[in-house]
Amino acid sequence: MNAAELGSFLTQFTVFILAILCGFATISKVPATLHTPLMSGANSIHGIVLVGSMFIAVTATDLLSQVVSLIAVAFATMNVVGGYVVTDRMLQMFKRKPVAAATAEPRAEG
Amino acid sequence: MDQDLLFALARIAWLIGAVAFVLGLIRMNSPATARNGNLVSAGGMAIAIVATAIYLLLRPAPAEGSSGITGWIIIVVGIAVGGGLGLYTARTVKMTAMPQLVSLFNAVGGGAAALIAIDDYLGIAGTPGLVANVAIVLDIIIGSITFTGSLIASGKLMGLKITPSRPVRVPGGQITTAALALVMVAAAIFLWIGNYSVPAMFLILAAALIFGVTMTLPIGGADMPVVISLLNSFTGTAVAMAGFVLDNPVLIIAGALVGASGAILTKLMADAMNRSVMNIMVGGFGGGEGTVAAAGPEGGSVRSIGMDDAAIQLAYASSVIIVPGYGLAVAQAQHAVRELAELLEERGVTVNYAIHPVAGRMPGHMNVLLAEANVPYPQLREMEDINPEFDRADVALVVGANDVTNPAARRAGTPVSGMPILDVDHAKSIIVIKRSMGRGYAGIDNELYVNPKTGMLFADAKQGLADLVAAVKAL
Repeated sequence: MNAAELGSFLTQFTVFILAILCGFATISKVPATLHTPLMSGANSIHGIVLVGSMFIAVTATDLLSQVVSLIAVAFATMNVVGGYVVTDRMLQMFKRKPVAAATAEPRAEG
Repeated sequence: MDQDLLFALARIAWLIGAVAFVLGLIRMNSPATARNGNLVSAGGMAIAIVATAIYLLLRPAPAEGSSGITGWIIIVVGIAVGGGLGLYTARTVKMTAMPQLVSLFNAVGGGAAALIAIDDYLGIAGTPGLVANVAIVLDIIIGSITFTGSLIASGKLMGLKITPSRPVRVPGGQITTAALALVMVAAAIFLWIGNYSVPAMFLILAAALIFGVTMTLPIGGADMPVVISLLNSFTGTAVAMAGFVLDNPVLIIAGALVGASGAILTKLMADAMNRSVMNIMVGGFGGGEGTVAAAGPEGGSVRSIGMDDAAIQLAYASSVIIVPGYGLAVAQAQHAVRELAELLEERGVTVNYAIHPVAGRMPGHMNVLLAEANVPYPQLREMEDINPEFDRADVALVVGANDVTNPAARRAGTPVSGMPILDVDHAKSIIVIKRSMGRGYAGIDNELYVNPKTGMLFADAKQGLADLVAAVKAL
């Protein structure tokens, strides 16, 4: 490994370590109630692998590579789209219903 | 446009995406801002993806190997197919079936990460630099394990025949799993010391895919939340490795973020069940064999209670605490329980729900299920909050919860010892809706059931609750 390679690796590695610490700090404060939506939300975030899949798709020249990148793009998109939509559906459940229901109720006579 | 400038703009967009992921996760800390947080995260994702597309469109074609229009057809078709499937399944899935869908989305994410490394390795046709070499192999191993492991976990939650939710014995057991691990390590070292070998890469791929299956199959359905969370963390790590392979900062950041969050979440879940992650992964108790008998007070007979008796107790109580558990989720009885609760409230009974941290199939899963059934959010009380109130409750109604109510957990020397439990036995009287005297996941008898205050109502959770509703109405 030459100096330039080492330098570029250390830059990547610094980002990697700081992002791990960031993840620890963010998550430890979440109440148990939100753990499932949170897991689902984190699950959507790793759908960012779509960006990588697009990179390999545009440079795919042989058939094998094209098939591999097609599957990768489809998989990654499913992860992104499905992940965010299902998380949103879960979180929709948490909106405060009693208040809305009470105001919407027609007022009784007397 | 100048390629350097173009790339700089793409990197700025990725940075915005990464910041949005972190801010989105922070906003998901509180129920009030959680939905907004998810939208912030999704917005960041959209910016990162669109910026990537623009960059790839406008950049001058690389000298070697540009497929031009074919590459774009691949991207458009892939996004259409994957996006369509994701959107359709996410919008139509029942909320009770949601954990297996999350597991499925996790599987495909891990699969995509592994495919990137495979493609990269086949494309370079020569020993890559040390960093890329290590990252490629780790990406293939972790991504493949998470792909098959998550598929098996999803299948177990769906109760498919080939992947029953009970622990399945793998031929050769842990020796097979250990042998597969050894093959992966040996082949990885072979590649890392400077050999370029496509067969060795495929050997690693095959071993990792099988490893994912043999790792997950022996684990019981009740432990799946922990497994899915762990595999979610794995996928994040695999994506970060793909970031090292492609030298892409946003993949590294987002992957590491998810890797860390998944790890924390996994530990929280395992802690709540008083189990170590290691214990679960190597298949501790609950395999149906070697069941530990609780060294508790023996004897004490079980008292069965009739539907009308139970209805009278509930209807004339002033305070009822409902304890929903795994059985309620399985029977999809959340609407029935809400109906019963509303009926009781109309009669002036105060109703609360005691939610154990691991009730359901994932932490927080029970909250989602009950929220779907329109149970008012303030009635859902967490364990620490509700435990002191059992002393004042007239009736505790346990529906499909078992180990989390077992008083044996307060003593040392039982498999559930030390696990935080709901103080159901402190209530003035207890009604347990349960199909049979079957044991919970820990494989021990629940001392709550032989408590003289406890009446057992043997019924399916959904049917039992429906009958209770009818009985209360008839009063």
